[in-house]
Amino acid sequence: MIGRAVTVVLLLCVAVLFWYLATVGTQTELGSVSGHYVERGVVENRGSNLVTSVVVNYRGLDTLGEVTVLFLSVAGVAFVLRRRRRGEGDAGGTDRGPGAAAPASELVQTGARLLVGPMILYGVYIFVHGHLTPGGGFQGGAVVASAVLLLLLADRKRELPHGLMSWVESLSGFGFVVVGLLGLAVAGSFLANRGVLPLGTWNRLFSAGLIPVIYVLIGLKVGSELAALLDVMMRGGEQAAAVSHGDAGASTVRHESRVDRESRERGGSR
Amino acid sequence: MTQGTLYLASALILILIGLACALMRRNLLRMVLGFAIMDTGVHLLIATAGFLPGRTAPIIDDPSLLAGAGGRTAAADPSALLVAAERVVDPVPQALVLTAIVIGVGVTALMLAYVVRLFAREGTLDVSAFRRLKW
Repeated sequence: MIGRAVTVVLLLCVAVLFWYLATVGTQTELGSVSGHYVERGVVENRGSNLVTSVVVNYRGLDTLGEVTVLFLSVAGVAFVLRRRRRGEGDAGGTDRGPGAAAPASELVQTGARLLVGPMILYGVYIFVHGHLTPGGGFQGGAVVASAVLLLLLADRKRELPHGLMSWVESLSGFGFVVVGLLGLAVAGSFLANRGVLPLGTWNRLFSAGLIPVIYVLIGLKVGSELAALLDVMMRGGEQAAAVSHGDAGASTVRHESRVDRESRERGGSR
Repeated sequence: MTQGTLYLASALILILIGLACALMRRNLLRMVLGFAIMDTGVHLLIATAGFLPGRTAPIIDDPSLLAGAGGRTAAADPSALLVAAERVVDPVPQALVLTAIVIGVGVTALMLAYVVRLFAREGTLDVSAFRRLKW
């Protein structure tokens, strides 16, 4: 098959090019920018985790853009998988028909009751300690969202507090920008870390100035966004399955009708 | 084979698996999975770009990484930190890979949403069945 052969040749080309590019120069010392971050990071920010210093302070604007991208992506998913209003399209939003999943087993339900609290606590721990230990807002937010996923898996009919979640998300995003503007007002550059809050003592929880504040805001925002994303995807997916398996019965019937429609369109266009 | 070469090879293998999966499979879900695997390979590649053999993670939580006795005094003295610069890997690629992971999650979620929509519309996941945009 010619398509497969072309693909294999393409993959070989990618491999050769990759290996050629990747092994030209290997770095043995830190570059000048990284060297500055490593040498001055603790002095300038008092944060132990230099990756956090880079993400939140030195490349803070980049992180603001990243949070925006995540927000846009979640908004896009919610738009694509939006729930239809009642009375439009398929019958009944709550009774999902043959596409709906069976209720979760007792193991999952009990496990969810036991684990959701510690999981959320662990996520909060990760994003509060982002300037001291590996982790941070994005990682902690993902852990919080996985706790929400467990809740949703245990009980499909559970309604998340959407009003609260969107408020948390909006306010934390707003807070991020406000903190950036504070830096602009006090220290003269957007998202600056000097002079707004005392830097504190190195390697303590209350240190590193604005970095923990920003990471907590990011953690709340990412957690609520990812939770909303999971919720939308689960409901939207169930609804899509219900639509697809719905009144047409077997999928072969549906397939034929699609082929008919296609041939009809093709005939009409020529 | 050095450690860095090993990481590079793993990244290349992951990227190739993902690309092959995205190009050869006909099932949309498997194509999305291919993109996710390729994503992982690229992340490993970026993280490897900042790898320096024999060095530790860029987290200065140990007073011995600061030259002066006791972390607190050393943190106030800029010249003390030159020791750390010789012991940790490059933090910048790690920060970039953090961004890349988040963007990857967003892209994967959007792809999956479109797959769900397409399945609801056409009742199949076979990519060769979507002929509307073909000419």
